[in-house]
Amino acid sequence: MAGLTGRMSTVVKAKVSKLLDRAEDPGETLDYSYQKQVEQLQNVKKGIADVVTAKKRLQMQESSLQQSVVKLDTQARQAVSAGHEELARAALERKNVAQTELQSLDGQVAELEQQQQKLTDSEQKLRAKIEAFRTKKEVIKAQYSAAEAQVRISEAATGVGEQMADVGLAMQRAVDKTENMKARADAVSELEAAGTFDDITALGSGEDDIDRQLKQLSSQPAVDDELAKMKGELGGGDAAQISAGAADPAAAPPGGGGPDEGQPPNGGSQR
Amino acid sequence: MIVRISGEDQYRLADDESERLNELENAVVAIVEGGSEDGFAEAYSALLEYVRAHGTPVGDEELEGSDVILPPADLTFEEAGKDFTGEGLIPD
Repeated sequence: MAGLTGRMSTVVKAKVSKLLDRAEDPGETLDYSYQKQVEQLQNVKKGIADVVTAKKRLQMQESSLQQSVVKLDTQARQAVSAGHEELARAALERKNVAQTELQSLDGQVAELEQQQQKLTDSEQKLRAKIEAFRTKKEVIKAQYSAAEAQVRISEAATGVGEQMADVGLAMQRAVDKTENMKARADAVSELEAAGTFDDITALGSGEDDIDRQLKQLSSQPAVDDELAKMKGELGGGDAAQISAGAADPAAAPPGGGGPDEGQPPNGGSQR
Repeated sequence: MIVRISGEDQYRLADDESERLNELENAVVAIVEGGSEDGFAEAYSALLEYVRAHGTPVGDEELEGSDVILPPADLTFEEAGKDFTGEGLIPD
């Protein structure tokens, strides 16, 4: 038999053969081997569904992070207008981290999309091979003696088996990839659960653990640049000079204590 | 000679193509063994491209085993390295 002597293809072929040996017993009855092929096809479908599920989860995380980015940007602007530079910086640091995560999620979703497409193609190919096997099996059974038919059908089954082994390999790679991504997705979930992308106005001015961690995670030059830009856009010149305490209208003391306009003094009205 | 590119298709090639395929494959192996990723992607895609260009796809209705099975096109340098230490695409 012709073949390569190169080490790479030899190793891969040996491995696929091993998979084949595991997957298939040549002594199995002909009809059983078809039944098993159909079962394998169901496994492939399940594998595709798993990839789709993983992709959807990442997409949900994406949309939640997108909302956080918008919210944090708005809060940073409000903080700049109000002259709360530290608060603005904190919001921008969070936004920066959320954006970085978003980018990474984008890449992962695209990769899963690719995996899904590949598996779908493989599934179609395997389906076609299994269908060809079913037809061929019947033709062979009709044309040959039982013993001869067994040999010929086993050969055909090997062709299908290799295709199945190949799809199995593609599935395994897809599973490995989704596992890696799951770890990443869990890390983002943890950040979210820790309140990383929450409302920063709830923070007050004190620096908490999250802030300290974020300072390490986010790119400081990017945050500095964006803060400077935001100040420029919002005409920060004046706003920045307003003292932090006076700038927050909500912080003004509650009503009362103002001048008593329009309330005439009691004296003299009743006489 | 039937060559399968894993995750892609089977191709039928003339038997006398095996010499050139060997050269291309050995070039990939040499790079992987050298330990530096430089040129790996190019060498590997040159190998697959040769198969695609010089082979005819085997039809879905044909049920043939392959003489040669090549790893998938998106094989990474790390994966290629592991293939030679027995921890490759399919763990031993």
